[in-house]
This record gives sequence, structure tokens and C-alpha cells, in this order.
Amino acid sequence: MAKAFARPLIYLILVILGVLFLVPVYVMLVTSLKPFDEVSIATMWKPPAHIDFAGYAEAFSKLAPNFMNTIYLVVPATLLSALLGSLNGYVLSKWKFKGSDWVFTAILFGMFIPYQSILIPLLQFIRNIGLYNSIPGLILVHVVYGLPITTLMFRNFYANIPDSLVESAQIDGAGFVGIYRHIIMPLSITGFVVVAIWQFTNIWNEFLFAVTITSSAQQPIMVALQNLAGSQVVEWNVQMAGALLAALPTLLVYILLGKYFIRGLLAGSVKG
Amino acid sequence: MLEREALETAEVTPAIKTKKRKRAGLSKDRWLAFLFLLPSIILLAIFVYGFISWTAYVSVSRWHSLLPDFTFAGLANYQALFHNFRFQADLRNTLFFSVFFIVLVVLLGQMLAIFIDQRLKAESLFRNIFLFPMALSFVVTGVVWRWILNPETGVNLLLKDFGIHPKWYTDTSIVPSWHIGQIDFGLPVALIAVVIAAVWQMTGFSLAMYLAGLRAIPEDVREAARIDGASEFQIYRKIILPQLKPITYSVVIIMAHISLKIFDLIYAMTGPGANYVTDMPGVFMFETTFRGNDYAQGAAIAIIMLIMVAVFIIPYLISSRKGES
Repeated sequence: MAKAFARPLIYLILVILGVLFLVPVYVMLVTSLKPFDEVSIATMWKPPAHIDFAGYAEAFSKLAPNFMNTIYLVVPATLLSALLGSLNGYVLSKWKFKGSDWVFTAILFGMFIPYQSILIPLLQFIRNIGLYNSIPGLILVHVVYGLPITTLMFRNFYANIPDSLVESAQIDGAGFVGIYRHIIMPLSITGFVVVAIWQFTNIWNEFLFAVTITSSAQQPIMVALQNLAGSQVVEWNVQMAGALLAALPTLLVYILLGKYFIRGLLAGSVKG
Repeated sequence: MLEREALETAEVTPAIKTKKRKRAGLSKDRWLAFLFLLPSIILLAIFVYGFISWTAYVSVSRWHSLLPDFTFAGLANYQALFHNFRFQADLRNTLFFSVFFIVLVVLLGQMLAIFIDQRLKAESLFRNIFLFPMALSFVVTGVVWRWILNPETGVNLLLKDFGIHPKWYTDTSIVPSWHIGQIDFGLPVALIAVVIAAVWQMTGFSLAMYLAGLRAIPEDVREAARIDGASEFQIYRKIILPQLKPITYSVVIIMAHISLKIFDLIYAMTGPGANYVTDMPGVFMFETTFRGNDYAQGAAIAIIMLIMVAVFIIPYLISSRKGES
């Protein structure tokens, strides 16, 4: 009896909360599709009387160069940090040495630090090597500070590959590189997808490094969005259109490959 | 007989030899493995540990302008910080924000996970609705929620009918407002708006964690309890929830380190606020260092942030290492 009563109640709570969770999406869509003269404070919740893409046109013209900056940043940074993470994970799971667990813990600490605590020397360093205000500079930063999480994800992933597989390959005469290429790599496709999606999302969304290391023309999308929204003169329809444009790539990845995104999310919690 | 023995030893010797050769190959491979790991170790030794040390060094210097000045200042920058109105406000804000944010994310995520775990229709639809904000940037979240919680419009248009006019992130009041140090201690009401946005964004994480935890509990455990006559409610209270404790521990630690570091959301949604009611150490550090060019002071804020995070993270890392072996 309690169960018959509980089920509709559960649905009711979930539906209410679900609607609440979708409010920002509704507001973003509705506001972004209104022409400027229709964006009034009093009618915020009303759908547009007629759909207008002027907000998108303006947001796009303002954000497109920064959108491309982020593409140039996120693709190499994701690939490089995934590759390095895979090698590190391989060593730390299948070629453990004395103290390797401590090394792993020391590596992991790097993903929890507040980046403010390395920002001053980082900026000096990036300036000294001539990469200040450049996409390659940001790529370097994201690869280095992405190492802990990618290493963690691959190490947990490779822990599920039985050691006996590696041992029998050793008996067949395969070495460190051979085992990686012929056994580990082919088994890591899922691992690479999970890590790549995770890194793509994080680097796309990142703000602190971007705002510290780049200015004006080199800025990635999130800094440009913040600047767009920060200037009080910009109309709300443009702001919402900009927010949606900036969110679209990671949102699409989530919609299409959500299963892998969630696996990455769970793998990031150390124990996996 | 002798012949056989001779034969056997003849067979055994090469076997030992190849084993020896294998071992030599293995140790070569071991070095190779270490060599592949080495660049990452060096990079992180410099970029994490080296840079932290450098920041600590800057934090005890007199580098207060664009011109570096590394003369030793002792703990003066830290002393100045703890007497600073803005920093005291930041510590208060961090405390209240963290507590509300963590408690809500844990409770909401756990509740949603238990509900979604009831073999509902449209289970994946619900899961996706609560999880998609995780894929967004804090900057996007901040921009959108600033519009929704704009006191002139947004939610207030709907609340107007009930005669309520919350000022959301523009509210400057602090409840209960005890005077401690230089600040009024209590919950800055403006932070509620930030907590709503942050909870909206991060609940999906705890939902996913709890759901994974629930799915890992074998069905026959519940079945056995049911046969023993336990009600669904009892099964959750006595059997399921206790097993989710390690997950709560992980969620709390991860949310704590996010809230202690929070920067983007504040920066995009509210800024420091009047009287610093929505300011956070991360924002203070950024503005002090890169807008005010007070590097030594900024470094001191950064080191305090690091210490606050380390207090949670180091025991967590050590305990999960122990849990593994």
C-alpha cells in the first residue's frame, strides 16, 4: 500500500524538480530568440511573439573568433594530455616500481590544488618562454595540469586489464613498448573516449588560466562570453544567445556521448 | 638412468639461461617504463611543487608592485591579510557557501539517486535532465542565473504575486550579523543566489556518484531483507544508506575542494558584491595580484587557499591509497 502511494509521489517530485532544472534552458532559449525591443523585464517568461535570430547573429559575430581560439586550444590539448595520461597510467598500473604508488599520489595532488597557488610563477614562466597571450601557451598549461586527471583515469582503466595478459606477452618476448602498442592500446579505445570527452569538456569550460594568460584577440570563448556579459550595455538576448553558443559544443558531446561523460565523471573521484 | 639425468640437466640449463635473459630484458623494460613516466614527473615537480614553493616564497616577500622585490617580509603579508576586512569577509563567505552548497548537493543528489533507482519509466530522461548542467561552464551558469535571479525580473516576476521581493545577489544584509573582527558574521543573504546556481550545476555529480553506488549493491541483499519482512523504507535506512557512506565521503571532499576554489561562477555571476557579500578568496587573489599588482599579498591569499584545500585533500588521498592496497 505504501508502495502504491509512493510511486506517483516519486514521479511528482522528479517532474517538479526536472522542470526546475530545465528553467535556465527555457530562459536561455526564449530570451535569445527574441528581438531586442521585445526583451523587456516584464515579459521575461513569455515565449517570443515572433522568432528572431538577431541576438544570435550579433553574439556569433562577436564570439566566432574566440570560438575558433578554443577549438585550436582544445583539440591538441585534449589529444596530448590523453596520450601522456595513457602512458603514465600504463606505467603506474602495469610497471609498478618501488615507490610508484607514492609517485602516483604526488601526481594526483596536482589535480586538487587551487590554481591560484601556481598562477604567479606560471605567468612569469609563460612570459619568459615567450608564450604569453598565445594559444600554444594555453595548450602547454592545460596539458601539464591535465596530467593528474588523465593519469588517474587511465591507471584505473588499465587496472581492469588482467596482469596475466601482460605477463604472457612478456613470456612471448614482448617488451614495454610492444605490449603497449599491441595489447594496451587496442584495449584502450573506450578509455581514450572517456578521457578525451572529459578533457574536452574541462578545457572548453575553463576560465581562470584563460583569463590570466591571454588577452584580447587570443582569448578563448569563455573569457569572451564573460566580457560580453560583463559589459552592461549588451542586451540580454545577445547574452543568452552567446551563452548558448558557448555551451553548445560540450552540450552536444553530453547529449551524444553522455554515457562516456558520466564514466569520466565517476573516474575522476580517485577510487573510480 | 644417468643418461636421463644428463638429458634433464641439459634441458634445464638453457631454460635457466633464457630465464636470466628474460630478467635482463625485464629490467631494461623497467627502466624504459620509468623513463616514459619521467617527463610527467619532472613537469609536475616543476609546475605543481616548484611553483607552489615559488608562490610561498613570493608570499613572504615585499613584491607589492609591478617591480619584483624579493626582500624578506616575514609573515607581514599574512598578518595584513587576517586584519583585512575583505579577507575576513571572504572567509565568512567561504564558510557559509561551502556548508550550504555541500549539504544541498549531498542531500539532493542522494534523494534523486534513490528515486531514480526505483526502476522508473523514463529513468534515463530524468538522469539526463539532472546531469546536463555538469557539462556546462561555470561562466555560462553564472551568466544565465544572473538573468534569472535579476531582482528586477526573472523569478521575482513570479514571486511578485505572492508579495515577496527577494533582492537575491544584490542583497547586502547578513543574518544574524554578529560583529566579529571587522566584519558582520552570519549568512550573507546574497550568497543564497550563488548557492542556487552552484547546486543546480553540481547536483548531477553527486547524483551520478550515488546512482553508481546504489547499482553496485547486489539485488539479492535487498531480496534477502524483503524475505525477512523488511519494508522498502527499512531496507534503505538500515541496509542501503550505510553502504553509501564512502560515497558521501567522496562527494563531500570533492565538493569541498570545489567550493574552496570557486572563482568562475562568482566572477561571471555577481563579482565581489557590495561590502564583499559575495566575494571569495579566489576572486580576491585574482584581483589583488593581476588587477592591483600586489603580488606578495596575492601569493599569501593563494597559499591560504592551498592550505584550506590540502586539509581536506591530503587525508582523502592517503585514505584512498590505503583503501586500494
